[in-house]
Amino acid sequence: MAAQATAPLLRMEGIDKSFPGVLALRNVRFDLYPGEVHALMGENGAGKSTLIRVLAGAHRPDAGTISLAGQQVRINSPRDAEKLGISVIYQEFNLVPTLSARENLFLGREKTSGPFLSPRLEHRQSLEMFARLSVHIDPEARCSDLTVAQQQAVEIAKAISLDARILVMDEPTASLTSQETEKLFQLIRELKRRGIGIIYVSHRMEEIFRLADRVTVMRDGQYVATRPTPELNRQMLIEMMVGRKLENEFPKEAPAIGEDRLVVNNLQRGPAVKGVSFTIKRGEVLGLTGLVGAGRTELARLIFGADRRDGGAMLLDGRAFAPRSPKDAIDRGVCLITEDRKTQGLVLAHSARDNFALPNLNRLSAAGFVRHRQERDAFAHYIQSLRIKIPHQEELARNLSGGNQQKLVLAKWLQANSEIVLFDEPTRDIDVGAKHEIYLLINRLAKSGKAILMISSELPEVLGMSDRILVMHEGRITGQITEPQNATQEQLLALAMR
Amino acid sequence: MVHRTISHLLSNYGMAIVLLLLCIYYSWATLQRQDLSAEKAADAIAKQISSTEAKSPPLVVAGVSPEEIKFVETLRQKVPVARIEHDPPSVRTALEQMIAAGQAPTLIVCSEETAKWVPNVIARFSNLQNTRIITPGASLWPTFLQKDNLLNVANQIVVIAVMAVGMTMAIITGGIDLSVGSLVALSAVVTGLLIRDHAGGVAAGPMALLTCSLAGIFTAGLVGAFSGAMVTFFRVPPFIATLGMMQVTSGLAYIFSAGQSIYDIPQSFTWLGRGVTFLGIPNAVILMIILFAIAHVIMSRTKLGRYIYAVGGNSEAARLSGVRVSAVRMTVYIISAMAAGLGGVILASQLKSSSPTYGQGYELYVIAAIVVVGTSLSGGEGRILGTLIGALIIAVIQNGMNLTGVESYRQKVVLGLVILGAVLLDKLKRRPWKLPRFLRRVDSTNPIKEPDATIS
Repeated sequence: MAAQATAPLLRMEGIDKSFPGVLALRNVRFDLYPGEVHALMGENGAGKSTLIRVLAGAHRPDAGTISLAGQQVRINSPRDAEKLGISVIYQEFNLVPTLSARENLFLGREKTSGPFLSPRLEHRQSLEMFARLSVHIDPEARCSDLTVAQQQAVEIAKAISLDARILVMDEPTASLTSQETEKLFQLIRELKRRGIGIIYVSHRMEEIFRLADRVTVMRDGQYVATRPTPELNRQMLIEMMVGRKLENEFPKEAPAIGEDRLVVNNLQRGPAVKGVSFTIKRGEVLGLTGLVGAGRTELARLIFGADRRDGGAMLLDGRAFAPRSPKDAIDRGVCLITEDRKTQGLVLAHSARDNFALPNLNRLSAAGFVRHRQERDAFAHYIQSLRIKIPHQEELARNLSGGNQQKLVLAKWLQANSEIVLFDEPTRDIDVGAKHEIYLLINRLAKSGKAILMISSELPEVLGMSDRILVMHEGRITGQITEPQNATQEQLLALAMR
Repeated sequence: MVHRTISHLLSNYGMAIVLLLLCIYYSWATLQRQDLSAEKAADAIAKQISSTEAKSPPLVVAGVSPEEIKFVETLRQKVPVARIEHDPPSVRTALEQMIAAGQAPTLIVCSEETAKWVPNVIARFSNLQNTRIITPGASLWPTFLQKDNLLNVANQIVVIAVMAVGMTMAIITGGIDLSVGSLVALSAVVTGLLIRDHAGGVAAGPMALLTCSLAGIFTAGLVGAFSGAMVTFFRVPPFIATLGMMQVTSGLAYIFSAGQSIYDIPQSFTWLGRGVTFLGIPNAVILMIILFAIAHVIMSRTKLGRYIYAVGGNSEAARLSGVRVSAVRMTVYIISAMAAGLGGVILASQLKSSSPTYGQGYELYVIAAIVVVGTSLSGGEGRILGTLIGALIIAVIQNGMNLTGVESYRQKVVLGLVILGAVLLDKLKRRPWKLPRFLRRVDSTNPIKEPDATIS
């Protein structure tokens, strides 16, 4: 914050950008000081990505000025941005998975002696770079063998070695475990010390409050406000983003819990799931939390029949339940809403309607022929009842926002009439407004007598939405909380980390 | 809006337009005078004669070529004819005699050939100034568009197109089937051997021929099931699994046939490949059209079709949505192999023989027919009818080059370039078109050096 006295590293003013038919940015401003972490927040579609792309040279703004250290510049291409010391670390890394960390680090500017590559020199320099960032990465390891966090560190090292003065991080913690997130935060503090300005894009409130010096909020392509973080709280930030007062972030209703629906007994699979037993009752939302890697997703996949069990048994509504494939589970009314919509939940290149119909074709067809009208009508019903924002049913799933993609996934499982709903991170990377709708939907499902397992890493969400909470650690259930309304995040963390 | 409509049209019918343009081009390039057939010529003349209300029957002058004789015979059946002559001296004599008898002809019918000299003969008779000479004439018509040639195009592509039906499905699941060329040979050989050794050879009856053909197709299906098993249960990449099977299958075809061609096949077996029963369209072409129609319905209206697209689009998402991915993959490889087997039967029927050398390199033509319309090898997309258009494009180019006298080495180069061009066109269509960077004038090597420029 002391850096505020100096000239801003970056100042963007009056930025306008429109695409055919859409005004993506209107009169947006943003500034960044050396050694500052400036968070950029807003719901999906608020224009954050467009602004980042303008800065990165991927879009040219229609109007407005960008100045770096007081000098006006033009950024016409990603190369320009790179030359000006602007580096963007996207969620999907720009690394070649089959090359080593070192080769990626020096890709395009390899060190040579004479006409030949000089791996030894590169090796030494990469070691130095990693040491300065205090990360431990073998420069010769293949990138595909590195963890997500390590790959991210390679990207950061690459940015630093390109003399980046401005570093943009787009949802950097989206696929990191808690420990890895801690390490990343240390790294970011190190970068701050070196006077690098960081633009931090994230939906995760806790991170913003821990890390950011200032927050700029955008909504509907417009600038809303910039505030120093200490002047803000969670509630204020949400209200700035959605543009209205939000009475209750977690609209939990009193449950009507009935008999046992799914009984899981001593389920096992390799080192990931080691003898897990629990019960979900009619109308119950059972929260399941733990660190990433604790075996939560693996457990859900076992129940769904996606992976083979090493041992254990299940009862569904009193009858034995032993799915050998997802199809078996679906036929018995179990569904899994996967953590990763893009690679597991949807066929992105196909239309929303085709995606919706995929698990439901048995019911939507006669003698092998798909009944198109029935299919259209069924989907139209869910578009309305779930308020899916979509121009037409044939829109590609790829083109929907995260929240609408999640609703699409929900629609297909609701149509499948699922009785046991396994949610894996139901609100991951979804904006606040859509989150609220998903919560309401979970309530509705519980009310209608379904049994719900809700896996989540967001502790406030787990505490706010569950009727009962299980905590997993290294493949085992390490704790149960029967009264979430009286529990705290610290309690959960203690169970998850022991 | 207009732009959107155009791009919509292009993306859906772009390749159909390319096919149409190719047809127009070759029609133009092969445009030439076409003599009418004898029957048509006689028809046209008969009409002309009756419309002139000539008082006396005409004198007919025609040569002695088979076409001309047929022409005269047909004409005589339609209208009364005074005399028929063949050469200049006899024409002169005939005219002298007719004039002497007071029956000078008012009409003289000539063939294309005799019309060249008849006027010279008449010029010598001063009292024949009003006599009209009529000839059947010729029409200006492209060789490419002649019925025989169009049928030729269809016949040439039938085998490739039938094979492509199955391959398209394999490619849409994100796979590929390189063994189809060898399967043509295997199926042809199995069918041929069964006909020769078990169905009585040349004396085989229609039911026996049908059974033998089905056995050939079924054998191909078994090979397809094996490839499918390698791909689904042992996770061998389809390219490698079917590359191996391509060798195995070809080898089997040689072993079964002992490397020999089989000729002991009855004439009736050519019913499929050469026969014509309906509207002058060859039976094989009709079979091909039916297959495409069925495949189109499967892909666009049935569960199986949806599953095939879904497996290619994202197999994990499909599996987690309850699709039995392995079963779908197996089905596709079996269909692809059986389509190739049917291709083998058609080829054997067209050639009235079978040989282990059949179908060599066909897999590449099949793949070309599929990708030329922009179907992606990464799966999840593609249209069956697109494949039909692709197959026709390739057939038309080949046929057109034959007609315009392009020699075969050059044909290869052109065909390869056409495939590359088509795929390039498809890529350009899919994204806003931009000049390559090095062709753009604006240079921004050092953006900092333009301090006063605002962004506009």
